[in-house]
Amino acid sequence: MKTSYREAMRQAIREALERDPRVFLMGEDVGKYGGSYAVSLGLLEQFGPERIRDTPLSELAFVGCGVGAALGGVRPIVEVMTVNFSLLALDQILNNAALLRHMSGGQVSVPLVIRMATGAGRQLAAQHSHSLEGWYAHIPGIRILAPATVQDARSMLWPALQDPNPVLIFEHVLLYNTEGEVDASQPGDITRARIERTGSDLTVITYGGMLSKALDAAQQLAAEGISAEVVDLRVLRPLDEMTFLDSVRKTRRAVIVDEGWRSGSLSAEISARIMEQAFYDLDAPVARVCSAEVPIPYPKHLEDAALPQPQGIVAAARALLGRS
Amino acid sequence: MIEFKLPSLGADMDEGTLLEWCVQPGDVLKRGQVVAIVDTTKAAIDVECWDEGTVEEFLVAPGTKVPVNAVLALLRAPGETPEEAARWKAQRRAAPEAAPAFAPGEPAPSVAPVGAAAVAPVAERRRVSPAARKLAERRGVALDALVGSGPEGAIVVEDVERAAKGVAPPVVPVPGAVVPAAERAAQMRSTIAAAMARSKREIPHYYLATDIPLALASRWLEQRNAERPVTERLLMAALYVKAVARALLRFPEFNGFVREGRFEPSAQVHVGVAVSLRQGGLIAPAILNTDRLVIDQLMRELGDLVKRARAFTLRSSELSAPTVTLTNLGEQGVDAVFGIIYPPQVALVGFGSVRERPWAENGELQLMPVVTATLAADHRASDGHRGSLFLAEVRSLLQRPESL
Repeated sequence: MKTSYREAMRQAIREALERDPRVFLMGEDVGKYGGSYAVSLGLLEQFGPERIRDTPLSELAFVGCGVGAALGGVRPIVEVMTVNFSLLALDQILNNAALLRHMSGGQVSVPLVIRMATGAGRQLAAQHSHSLEGWYAHIPGIRILAPATVQDARSMLWPALQDPNPVLIFEHVLLYNTEGEVDASQPGDITRARIERTGSDLTVITYGGMLSKALDAAQQLAAEGISAEVVDLRVLRPLDEMTFLDSVRKTRRAVIVDEGWRSGSLSAEISARIMEQAFYDLDAPVARVCSAEVPIPYPKHLEDAALPQPQGIVAAARALLGRS
Repeated sequence: MIEFKLPSLGADMDEGTLLEWCVQPGDVLKRGQVVAIVDTTKAAIDVECWDEGTVEEFLVAPGTKVPVNAVLALLRAPGETPEEAARWKAQRRAAPEAAPAFAPGEPAPSVAPVGAAAVAPVAERRRVSPAARKLAERRGVALDALVGSGPEGAIVVEDVERAAKGVAPPVVPVPGAVVPAAERAAQMRSTIAAAMARSKREIPHYYLATDIPLALASRWLEQRNAERPVTERLLMAALYVKAVARALLRFPEFNGFVREGRFEPSAQVHVGVAVSLRQGGLIAPAILNTDRLVIDQLMRELGDLVKRARAFTLRSSELSAPTVTLTNLGEQGVDAVFGIIYPPQVALVGFGSVRERPWAENGELQLMPVVTATLAADHRASDGHRGSLFLAEVRSLLQRPESL
């Protein structure tokens, strides 16, 4: 039976609440309203206000509460409505959550999970549509996950809660309504990238909301006789570079698709690692398909134009193969 | 859409005259197929195309003189539809390139006279993908002989693999050149002058010579040829070529190219053999992978190469490939030849006549067939000490002809 990404995430939270009494969920509108993206709908009724906690509209305060709760020995899941608003809590995430284990010499750790929506494509305008997960992937001391499939939405949360360090989970807004088969018994992995489609002519490296566009592009390329391998990074920090480097060494060409802005992006980091470690296996310069360097526009046609699209990925792939 | 461009067939070539198209629009090209005959002022050369595709359009008409890298024709890539081709061409027209091809009938641009080229243009750096470079090194493929199929004409792994498999292009017989003989001779003279002047200006030559006794080699040839019909006889020249190729394997600093002031050894040995042409002038096409040929095969290729050089049916890959040059002036009766290196190569090996000379060895004087072998080498790539060892290796190899 097919399950939606939203439902898979809800099942994962429910399972965590049932398996471990220390787990609780808090954030804006997660209780009575059921979550901005309806992920937590029905959980308040099942688990009560002690474990499904609505918070005031103050990211700094409630993420700070999450850090404190984790230090105190419980297992909070904090939902932030969208990555743009998480910047209000950046001080807590960087200066406390990511550093305390290091600064206390291992005396304390912060087993906190922060979930947030990211990305564009739903005409929510610039303040709700950016992809800033690449910024967080810059910070040592935290793990960054980007579940792109329904199965990953279902299975990544539990191992994230077992991690003694803070884990940020980025859920792309376009994914909530996608559907897929879910195997609840499959153990979650939060360490490895995955080859989502095998190919021999080039490697498309992507994550999150861009995975389906990359797969679309790969299908179009196949019709032209170009065999594209698609790598879903899944974990943005620490990067599983072995998987994408092995793939690039095989295909000798890479296109990185990243919804973030190109300058100083995660795509830049991946490109640099390919240069550092697979330069002599390349048959063409690394190519990138990123968002236009503008605030994501509100009008549909401009929003579409600003974001990476399959035809852009196809064009980049063709160019790598010397085809016009 | 694939642009078929006029390749450079040597350091001294910067333009060529299209003599004839060997294909028609609509023809489907195989890799390595000869598509055009181009007059390079030295000879009419069969120019091969290393892309597969369908001939869409000729941009240059026979009789037109064009610079190296000018687009001669457009090919439709496999799978490309006529609509896509039309779109591509429309875009191309909208954004004209910096170096447009010349329309048929349009006067060719004037090329600077040879004498004015006092500052020879630095050969443009070829685009070679890192993976292709690594593979070429491992397989021993000379990158210079390759035509790139990657983005912006870069040589990619596929091009190297193709070359390593040794896809032999078919030979198409060619009618004679259209340029009158006297004019051709004058053009060739100025081409040779430009290359040799550049060589003497840029390359710090040093010269070495050694006398090589050939009693053993002569006897071996005699015995071997006694059993054979005249057409299959081996010549001493084949032994020279093979000995030089084998010696180069041990002394790579004499085999390769200097580009942008840096020496790049070639992992493959393509000995270029200087062939004098009947109407005057010379040309030095390569015997590809010389070191790997057994002696009989090498003899056949040498004979074939000389014949085809004189009949103007060389292939473009043979002209652009040589990694070193060998010149043998033995037939003319001179004792030694001190050559001028053909840039961007770094060495030229010369052989004079085989003469009987008084030869002192082990306290005895005897008559001995002897040849003087010389080396002209580029001091930027090697020193006289290594040059001496190289010539000594050639001499030593010629004492063991059966091992060649």
